[in-house]
Amino acid sequence: MIRLIMNGLEVQAEEGWTLLETAQFYGLEIPTLCHNEGLTPWGGCRLCVVEIGAKPKTRLVSSCTYPAEEGLVVQTDTKRVIRARRMMIELMLSTAPMSKKIQDLASKFGVTEQRYPPRNEECVYCGLCVRMCDEQMDARAIGFQNRGHKRKISTPFDIRSEDCRLCGACIYICPACSARCQGPSAETDICNACLQIEPTCLEEYGELNCWMYDAGRCGTCVQDKSK
Amino acid sequence: MDVQIDRVKASILKHKSQKKALIAILQDIQAEHNYLPPDALRAVARSLGVPLIDVIGVATFYRAFSLKPRGRHIVTVCLGTACHIRGGPKILEEFERKLAVQPGETTPDGQFTLETVACLGCCAIGPVVVVDRDYHAHTTTRKVDGILKRYRKPGRPS
Repeated sequence: MIRLIMNGLEVQAEEGWTLLETAQFYGLEIPTLCHNEGLTPWGGCRLCVVEIGAKPKTRLVSSCTYPAEEGLVVQTDTKRVIRARRMMIELMLSTAPMSKKIQDLASKFGVTEQRYPPRNEECVYCGLCVRMCDEQMDARAIGFQNRGHKRKISTPFDIRSEDCRLCGACIYICPACSARCQGPSAETDICNACLQIEPTCLEEYGELNCWMYDAGRCGTCVQDKSK
Repeated sequence: MDVQIDRVKASILKHKSQKKALIAILQDIQAEHNYLPPDALRAVARSLGVPLIDVIGVATFYRAFSLKPRGRHIVTVCLGTACHIRGGPKILEEFERKLAVQPGETTPDGQFTLETVACLGCCAIGPVVVVDRDYHAHTTTRKVDGILKRYRKPGRPS
């Protein structure tokens, strides 16, 4: 057993657990996008960042790839963490504003402004489909190609692959493929429609370490969301 | 261009069918054909037991590899900072005009492929133009014709 401190609580992790798994075991909510339990950790979306170490020398690491270490001090919901997550959501939102999953994340984390021009791409390069195809479907029909701004996910030579069985798992798992709801703000880049429904106790009360997460859900602590 | 699978196989055997030799094998193929033919890539994937998509991933990651057929001679114009201020873009324009292709393209007769590079590390002799492996130092727009003439197949209309 590995003992570490998470949000001020002493927690125990099994050998080989990541910080994310430890947090999930204790019911601490950490948002993820590129993570899936059946697939190898990727560390691409950086939504699961947590702050580790003692102040003032803390640093942000992706909890889905960082192993639980003896005596580690972890904070999952500090202002710095929330700011980093919001930045990632904002960037992904500008890449793929048509994605329901990313719109939902934006609503949940109160990302209400968009400082980057929308690129309207259909991919945020989370690599879920590539790992799904490789690890669960054992097909290895799709993969990353090229590099830098030309990077893309495709089949070899962009033609129907002999290894592809058209199982559709890549589409099933894709966070960008599910279209956002066509509500009243369908024309805007950020719909934020769910903001009114589900307030969260993230920014203003971040330092309080509200580890009873369902208590925050009710919104009693953040009725006044003055910015 | 016929892809000689035997030659590909020979290259793979030379590297003892090791997966870690993938880049070396691709370099061999690239040296022979000046690009990576799809059939050769399929043969490599099958022989090494590496998924084809991984071979493609490596082949598309590095700029040294090309999946598009390229010409017999590769003309590389340096557009690094030093060559840029010494007139690299002008020289590139001249090549574009003379060969009637854009960077990254190959002339219809398959003789030349025009490419650009960000820096070759020999800024002192800039602007630099590299054709195949020959470095042409202190290039000017006037020298472009002469350089092309040296590599053009004799007896062909220019």
